[in-house]
Amino acid sequence: MFGNATAFETLFDELRRMEQGVEQMYGRSAPGIRSVARGTFPPANIGATENEVHVYLFAPGFDAKSFSISVQRNVLTVAGQRVLPIDEKATYFRQERFDGEFRRIVTLPEDVDPERVEAKYRDGVLQIKVGRREVAKPRQIQVA
Amino acid sequence: MRDTQDLATHSSAGSQRAEREVYPLIPPADVLEDVDGITLHIDMPGVSKSGLKVEADKNTLVIEGDIQFSMPQGMEALYAELQSTRYRRNFTLSGELDTEKTIANLKNGVLSVKIPLRAEVRPRKIEVHAS
Repeated sequence: MFGNATAFETLFDELRRMEQGVEQMYGRSAPGIRSVARGTFPPANIGATENEVHVYLFAPGFDAKSFSISVQRNVLTVAGQRVLPIDEKATYFRQERFDGEFRRIVTLPEDVDPERVEAKYRDGVLQIKVGRREVAKPRQIQVA
Repeated sequence: MRDTQDLATHSSAGSQRAEREVYPLIPPADVLEDVDGITLHIDMPGVSKSGLKVEADKNTLVIEGDIQFSMPQGMEALYAELQSTRYRRNFTLSGELDTEKTIANLKNGVLSVKIPLRAEVRPRKIEVHAS
């Protein structure tokens, strides 16, 4: 039906996919103790501002209520489940999408406040915002 | 003018790295076929209706999406597994598909595309009359 292998574009896509995999495998020589292999579902991006840490999990096609999110000290755990309906009468040519349960554990900066966590789900991206404790200002020491 | 500018950008130091970073992501897809036609489900988290482009002509299906989500100002990236802001994927189609009747639907970052078979190539049930 789809002339996959004959289309050069698609062939290069496949190569690029492989290349990305290799890059990801060797990209980080000393990963964090709780870090996971690249290619794990869902992919995560983490950013920080002065007052908050933002975690973005790219988890499309979920019911927002199915996510379970917890923060213990500075470790964020997100779990969820996506069951893809299988059409028994259809022929499947490709099944590349993630199916099943996931649990991702992410280490956040030390100064996060587990009491201040907010989450929202938009366009298949789960956005989690964790507040940071106020950083103690450097103390001036007077010499007597 | 525009071309000159582009060339200048490309020849600057570290251009290879910059070019690599703009590679669009290849979103994972499920492709299935039933008696009515072809259905694709493609994971494109972060894409809203306004950032999505689905084009089907006689031979190809091109899907492109821009990842857009609100980020606070002054955010510093600590870690990024998703390093592109675009998705792109192409498929080669075949003649028995009626691309004029393609239907696309986007929900929670999952794009579903249905391309029906042309009416004349659909399997027809032939009734047998008992004489």
